[in-house]
Amino acid sequence: MLTKVHSNTKLQFVIALITGLVFGFLLQRGGVTKYEVIINQLLLTDFTVVKIMLSAVVTGMICVHLLRSFGLAQLHPKPGSLGSTAIGGLLFGIGFGILGYCPGTLAGAIGNCYLDALVGGLLGALLGAGIFAAWYPRLKDSILRRGCFPELTFPQLFKVNPWVVVVPVALMIITLLAWIEYTWPSNAMTIRDILAF
Amino acid sequence: MDFLTAQRWSPYAVGIAIGILGSLVFLLSDKYIGCSAAFSRASGMLERLFRGKMVDRKPYYQKLPPVIEWESLMVVGVILGAFLSAILSGDFTLQWVPSKWSTAFGSSPFLRVAVALVGGIFMGFGARWANGCTSGHGISGTLQLALSSWVASVCFFVGGIATAMFIFNILAPRG
Repeated sequence: MLTKVHSNTKLQFVIALITGLVFGFLLQRGGVTKYEVIINQLLLTDFTVVKIMLSAVVTGMICVHLLRSFGLAQLHPKPGSLGSTAIGGLLFGIGFGILGYCPGTLAGAIGNCYLDALVGGLLGALLGAGIFAAWYPRLKDSILRRGCFPELTFPQLFKVNPWVVVVPVALMIITLLAWIEYTWPSNAMTIRDILAF
Repeated sequence: MDFLTAQRWSPYAVGIAIGILGSLVFLLSDKYIGCSAAFSRASGMLERLFRGKMVDRKPYYQKLPPVIEWESLMVVGVILGAFLSAILSGDFTLQWVPSKWSTAFGSSPFLRVAVALVGGIFMGFGARWANGCTSGHGISGTLQLALSSWVASVCFFVGGIATAMFIFNILAPRG
C-alpha cells in the first residue's frame, strides 16, 4: 500500500478536495443534483439515480478487489445491526423522500444554487445530525445493538475467495442494468457521444 | 470539447467515472467516498460555537470528533465541483422551488423550505443512526460487498420510495 502517500497530511487534503471536485462535477453532469431526477427515481419513473449508482458499484467493486489482490488497498466494511442499519436506513429513506436530495447530492444542489437545498436541506441535515449526537447515549446500548450482523462482507460470510462473489454480483448488476435501460431508456448524452467529441 | 458544455452525460459514463474515482480513493487515501460524516462534524463544530467545549465531551463526538477532516474537504469540493459543472454547461440557476414541487404544491418558497428542513432533519438523523448514507453505504459500502451496506441501501430506497409515493400520489392536491 502507498503508506507514504496516506500519511502525508497536506497531500491528503489536496486529494480530498480534488476527489470532491470531480465527484461534484460528475453528480451535477449526471443530473442528480436536481430534485426532479431524484424524486422521479423514487416514484419509479426515471432510473438515472439507479443507473449511476449501479454502474459505479460494478466498476468500483472490480477495481477495488483488483487493487486488493495486488496488495494496494484494504477494505473498510462498516459494522452494523438490524437496529442500527435497518431502522436508521428507513429513517434516512423517509428524509430522502421528503427532501429529494441525499447528503452528497445536497452538497451538489447547493453548488447548483438550489436555495431549498441551501436554506432548508442543509440546516435540517445539520440539526438532524446534532439531535442524533444528543440522543446517542440513550440509543447506543439499546436499539443500536439489536440484531448485530455476524460477519462483515459477503465473501467472509460465505467463507470464499472474494472473486467467487464479485463475478456473479457484477454479472447480475449488468443484467439488471440492461433490463432497466431497455424498459426506461436514457435520453442523456451517451458514452459514444462523449467519446466522439 | 462539446462534452464539457453538454448539459447531461450518460448515467453509465458518470457511474463508471465515480467507480474509478472511488477506487482511487482506496488506493491513494486508504479511505472511501462518504458524505454524511462531514455534516455531523460540521454540526458539532457549529454547536461548539454556541455551547463551548462541553460539546467535545459528548459520547458521539468522542467517536466522531467535530473537526475538519478528509471528508469535510471532500464535501467542500463537491459543492465547488457541482458549481463549476453548472457554470460550464449553462445549467446554473438560482432557484427556490423545484418545478416538480411547484406543479403539485404551489410555488411558495416558505412551504418548500419548511418541508426541505423537515426532510433534512430526518435524513441527517437517519444517516447517523445507520452510520452512513447513499454514498458511504450505497456506493462505497456495497462495492466492498459489506453486508451492512447492502441492508442499508435497500432500506434507503424502501423508505424513500414509500415516502415519495405518499407525498406525490396521495398528498399532492394537484399531482
